[in-house]
Amino acid sequence: MKLKAAWFFTASALMALATFSARAGAKLVVAGEAGGAVPVSISGFTGEVAQVLEFDLFVQGFRITTPEAAQFQITGSNSGNVVGRVTNPLKETILSKSYTGASLRRQAHAFADDIVQVTAGRKGIGLTKIAFKVETGANKEIYIADFDGHNAQAVTRDGVNVAAPTWAGNKFALYYVTYKFGNPVILFHDLASTERRTFAGFPGSNISPAVSPDGRKVAMILSKDGATDLYVANADGSDLRRLTKSREDESSPCWSPDGQWICFAAKIDARRSLCKVSVSGGPVQRIQTAGVANPTEPDWSPDGNWIIFTAQMGGFEICRVPAQGGTAELLVSGEDPSWAPNSRTVVFARRAGGSRRLSLLDVPTKQTKDIPRISGSNSQPSWAR
Amino acid sequence: MKAIKFTYVLVFAVAISFAATGCKNKPVGVTNIPAQRSGTPGGGEPTDLRPGEPVQADDVGVPLPKFPPDLESIYDFDRETLRPHMVHFDFDSHVVKASEKPKVAAVAAYMKGQPGNIALLIEGHCDERGTEEYNRSLGERRALALRETLILEMGVDGNRVTTRSHGEDVPLDRGKTEAAYAKNRRGEFVVLLPK
Repeated sequence: MKLKAAWFFTASALMALATFSARAGAKLVVAGEAGGAVPVSISGFTGEVAQVLEFDLFVQGFRITTPEAAQFQITGSNSGNVVGRVTNPLKETILSKSYTGASLRRQAHAFADDIVQVTAGRKGIGLTKIAFKVETGANKEIYIADFDGHNAQAVTRDGVNVAAPTWAGNKFALYYVTYKFGNPVILFHDLASTERRTFAGFPGSNISPAVSPDGRKVAMILSKDGATDLYVANADGSDLRRLTKSREDESSPCWSPDGQWICFAAKIDARRSLCKVSVSGGPVQRIQTAGVANPTEPDWSPDGNWIIFTAQMGGFEICRVPAQGGTAELLVSGEDPSWAPNSRTVVFARRAGGSRRLSLLDVPTKQTKDIPRISGSNSQPSWAR
Repeated sequence: MKAIKFTYVLVFAVAISFAATGCKNKPVGVTNIPAQRSGTPGGGEPTDLRPGEPVQADDVGVPLPKFPPDLESIYDFDRETLRPHMVHFDFDSHVVKASEKPKVAAVAAYMKGQPGNIALLIEGHCDERGTEEYNRSLGERRALALRETLILEMGVDGNRVTTRSHGEDVPLDRGKTEAAYAKNRRGEFVVLLPK
């Protein structure tokens, strides 16, 4: 049962030689918070480092322009290590830092994170990871990668159908569905030790795992009682409870960041809608998604404000709605969105030429960027947060 | 008198069909946006329901027998015997159509004629026009609907029948046509022979 795949997660000890001179003087009004991208210029960097900086900033709400048009100028070099500086419109240096250790690529991500922090006051996503499904012909495997698709590694090498990887709270571990045993069962897979075990292997189908933000509970869809319904259990499998009872097909649960609610896709009175139910049980409540049809695949933003989902309307559209429900906003064509920890960037799958590939979306600016594709079709992304 | 009434009904019907289809003469210079409903899972209008409305739950489902997930380790799979009785479904539906019922009846008759240790696996499949996990649930729902038909309408022992969903992962036809999609929306019956 143990995976032979030996791969290691380097905990990237980035020793930042900080010469941080944040002048807490002039209070700047940061443009772009209302939707427009923040113009920045980047100069002095080459190759991979320049690419990483441009990519990371683009998918977090910045746009690259000339020094004259930039609100913030980013300068520096990457001969040996990454050394960078950021100046504001008053030409004051607000960040000056050099990086060492790990790889140039990770140094560049760390610098991008510092730029996001110092210019926008947000935590960057440069060092985060995603998990997803890779389909090559009849072969399907679970992969993890950096959020930008680089450093991809196979988690499974079973040569069977797999599905729906999801991170186990803040642990370096995944839950996912495998057909390795025949019927779909939910596995827990510790990525550090490579140990894995069956989490849910009931009669029928065990599918669509979703882990509570604290990692202590898992919501899922089971059919053991003769209907595809929503269940929740503790992470050790104990205290299994059925939260819905319907003849229709519930799917794709996700959690509110406070761990009190589970949102899922359902069909009620012949209409597909998003619903939520308390983790301790009780009535199922609709979440209004006015303006779009057939919502599925909800994901609740870590800040609690939004639910992003896929509307099935002939094609597939990524939409968001306030977490309490309301009018849906169409964002971009695609499916299966997953929020980054910044509650701003989203990874999603889009169909192109008969296969799927992953893209990133910066929700406020609607800027999108594809990430490199592992052979074949890539789908069902889950962002570690 | 009768003729008048008939005319009345006819006019009414024409009026209704006009209201439903709209005017046939398209205005010039207007781009026709295809209706969202064609090929839309759920077939519904945009949801515009009041939020926070509690929904009534009903007690449903015939529990599955306590078969282990690794059916392959205890049974030999016979996929051929009941292949002619493969059932097909409408788009985004798990309703077992009346036209498909004779196939299910043939499966019921077969199972009733077999010793009690011969079991049945129903595998549910979908076309690709839904999201992946949505289809995985829908595929299971289709398999469960066939199982309920066998048990509740045709008297097959539920302890011999279990289910599995493949969602959209195992299409019979990889084409992107309605004919291909129709082939892929299916339930397959696999005879389980104890090893």
